Amino acid sequence: MSDDTILKIRNLKIDGKTGDEWLPILKGIDMDLKRGEVLGVIGESGAGKSTIGLAAMGYTRGGCRISGGTVDFEGTDLVKSSEAYRRKLRGKKIAYVAQSAAASFNPAHKLIDQYSEAPIQHGVMSSTDAATDATELYRRLQLPNPDEIGFRYPHQVSGGQLQRAMTAMAMSCRPDLIIFDEPTTALDVTTQIEVLSAIRDAVEQFGTAAIYITHDLAVVAQMADRIQVFKLGETIEEAETRKMLSSPEEAYTKSLWAVRSFKATAKPKPPADEVPIVELRNVDAAYGATPVLFDVNFKIHKGRTVAVVGESGSGKSTAARCITGLLPPTKGEILFNGEALPAGYRKRNKDQLRQAQMIYQMADTALNPKQRIEDIIGRPVGFYLGLSGKAQRERVRELLDLIEMEPDTYMHRFPGELSGGQKQRIGIARALAADPQFIICDEVTSALDQLVAEGILRLLDKLQIDLGLAYMFITHDLATVRAIADEVVVMQHGKVVEQGPKVEMFQPPHHPYTDLLLSSVPEMDPDWLSNLLGARERGEIVDAKTAGSADN
Amino acid sequence: MADVTNDPMALSADAEAPRVEQESRWVTVRRAFRSAPLTAWFGMVVIVLYIVVAIFAPLIAPYDETEVVGDSFFEPGTLMFTSDTVEDGRAFKKDLTTHFDGVIERLEINSENMRDIFITSDAPEKIFVKKFVDDPEWGITPQQFDSFAGELRTYLAPHDFTEDALELGTDQIGRDTMSRMIYAARNTVGIALVTTILSFTLGSLLGMLAAVVGGWTDNILSRIVDVLMSIPQLIFALLLLTILGANVINMILVIALLDSTRVYRLMRAVGMNIVVMDYVEAAKLRGEGLWWLIRKEILPNALAPLIAEFGLRFCFVFLTIAALSFLGLGIQPPTADWGTMVRDNAQLITFGQPVPLYPAAAIALLTIAVNFVVDWMLHRSSGLKE
Repeated sequence: MSDDTILKIRNLKIDGKTGDEWLPILKGIDMDLKRGEVLGVIGESGAGKSTIGLAAMGYTRGGCRISGGTVDFEGTDLVKSSEAYRRKLRGKKIAYVAQSAAASFNPAHKLIDQYSEAPIQHGVMSSTDAATDATELYRRLQLPNPDEIGFRYPHQVSGGQLQRAMTAMAMSCRPDLIIFDEPTTALDVTTQIEVLSAIRDAVEQFGTAAIYITHDLAVVAQMADRIQVFKLGETIEEAETRKMLSSPEEAYTKSLWAVRSFKATAKPKPPADEVPIVELRNVDAAYGATPVLFDVNFKIHKGRTVAVVGESGSGKSTAARCITGLLPPTKGEILFNGEALPAGYRKRNKDQLRQAQMIYQMADTALNPKQRIEDIIGRPVGFYLGLSGKAQRERVRELLDLIEMEPDTYMHRFPGELSGGQKQRIGIARALAADPQFIICDEVTSALDQLVAEGILRLLDKLQIDLGLAYMFITHDLATVRAIADEVVVMQHGKVVEQGPKVEMFQPPHHPYTDLLLSSVPEMDPDWLSNLLGARERGEIVDAKTAGSADN
Repeated sequence: MADVTNDPMALSADAEAPRVEQESRWVTVRRAFRSAPLTAWFGMVVIVLYIVVAIFAPLIAPYDETEVVGDSFFEPGTLMFTSDTVEDGRAFKKDLTTHFDGVIERLEINSENMRDIFITSDAPEKIFVKKFVDDPEWGITPQQFDSFAGELRTYLAPHDFTEDALELGTDQIGRDTMSRMIYAARNTVGIALVTTILSFTLGSLLGMLAAVVGGWTDNILSRIVDVLMSIPQLIFALLLLTILGANVINMILVIALLDSTRVYRLMRAVGMNIVVMDYVEAAKLRGEGLWWLIRKEILPNALAPLIAEFGLRFCFVFLTIAALSFLGLGIQPPTADWGTMVRDNAQLITFGQPVPLYPAAAIALLTIAVNFVVDWMLHRSSGLKE
């Protein structure tokens, strides 16, 4: 290896403690990183991505141990080195950017004070120098008002800005290596672009080597020079980004690449005089005195999927809460099969409640951890359809068959004994158990890995065709919209800015905001980000600022 | 594997459910016990021991709790009181006779000057004579009586109560300390348990109600609890018991009420965290009633902190009962109770008698044991690793 190799990991094994046993998390990983190189680490959850990121700093989470191998950073093995030595490196030579910046900042200190902490601690700069330096870095990371933003507290800046401030903080000592652990996963697509381009530019300018951990292929394609694919603690494949994208060799990698291929079955347009299952008419809603929805109108027809898209805070989940009756609208009405529903869910009768079901984003919190699967699914069966005993169990079995899960294996399990995708399937089965006409899917795939998410989408599509269900599909992910929607409703600031059939929505001309959303979805092309930014600069496509103001 | 895309299940995490064998609850429990630390084991053994003793008290105890079996040991406090108020020699003589009944065969007091006391006993020395010459009035002052009592104790030493093969001796009026300790386990622990259960039922139900319903219900309940909590618990309990009358039922009700405020606070806080979960929302939207929400959705998920709190609350209740009994407003004599036993025998410590230490130690041991077990449970339920 030549001198410019900065990090050399050899045969690294890490175990995690489960109960009384040590189970392997990483099973002998090799990794090389040259100075100034960006390595993308990609894999599903549980692949050991975050573990390798932390191990590159010679650190393991509580309950884990390094059971073998070496982590060679600039010629010193971090596994064998002293804790004092490692502490000296961290923050100065190696820095870490976590997924949730909001959770990683101390809410009681100003950004700039937290920025200065590492340089002062390591004796690199005085506090005045650090403050000047912070402003400089904030400017390079394209933060608004770089001179003043440092004097705000973490809760006073937006999520995307916070993530950039954290990147600035990581760069404060000009480290040789930065580890990015899913830095944009929690952000909206439009914000993600800003953070991605800021990070990429900063890394390029300072010649910093980086490990970029993510599960989003399109993102890693923009960021990395080289990609390493992980699965269950092992390296599956490793190659230059372009080569990896154009000709992956392993079957697993190919399957990851092919995920976005799914397209739901096309459905004919409903007859013009058909009464929609759900219709929102001039709905306004407010949380207390804060109005959040303004004159929302849309229809959902039998057997069709309406995708409601928008950034966080756009009011798409609030619209769903109005339909379910959790948040009674302040104005307007919600029609179900042409009849107005009582505003609050408490005033609705059992049948009205039964007809509209909901599937939640976080399957973990949507299933009662202390109830067995048969009880979770069995309850709505018994409650709405009055089945009990053997008949109820039979129905539960049918439902489990329907969601492609083996009844004998899963009936008696608790949710904690299922994987994320399986839990989401149980959530679907619970909704189906009520025998509804309409299901609200609130970001049902956004917490799942892409392969699993695709399985869920396929299942939802199949169920729609078999049972003639109508879906309201809330999402911020336009790839999902492309895959499953028949009609699209675009929301911004509590208003519907555009709606129509999917084919029309994905064809220009768009509303500027729709345009911004569409163009912000990362593509699997390594040049996509550069091209997009170039195009936006030249004014060929709207950027965030103009789109935001266009509406107001 | 060429057409992997057609079979996403083969590679997706769907296919990799944690391989959990269908193990019975019993196996899980056994595994939990096997990994329990030494302190938890100690605590569990002690608790089981207490329970066994409490249940089988009549079989284990050598005597009944109220039965006077041994030689009584006078209580200086009582005697001092008597000697202070006694106006003539006869009353004083009667007093002494009562207190040394069975030990003294003959007691004479010179009724003219009340300065010479003759006591005959079946001790080897046979006769104990004490002359009081200093007091012109009736021959004895409380201080003198104290020193007299000390001398008398030395005199009576050869047939002291501790000799009776009753391991812990007798108390101030000759009841077997061991037997009373055993019966007290039954009374104190039993009453504490009933009180704790009562306070938990009340506190957790209201707490969950406040968490689920919210709004005015929550506000009113919480303010009432605030008011109750703002008054020091022991003083409030004393006050209420003085007004209502000191008996066991009142004591249970008063302590349960005052303690339920703490349970309410905990349950409300835990409940608030569970109520926001999507599965509770799902149940609400399904149209489930309040009772279902509380019983099926919230309670099972709040059980771990609740059980841990139960252990701690039990200790506090138990100590409050002991404290109230010590102050004379708790469990009333002749019912044996550790708190009362400490109070009644407290003076004996000045004579080198360890009798009051036994019930105190019983209280301390149980408190520590319960705390060890609770600590272990908290540790398990919070999912802390190392």
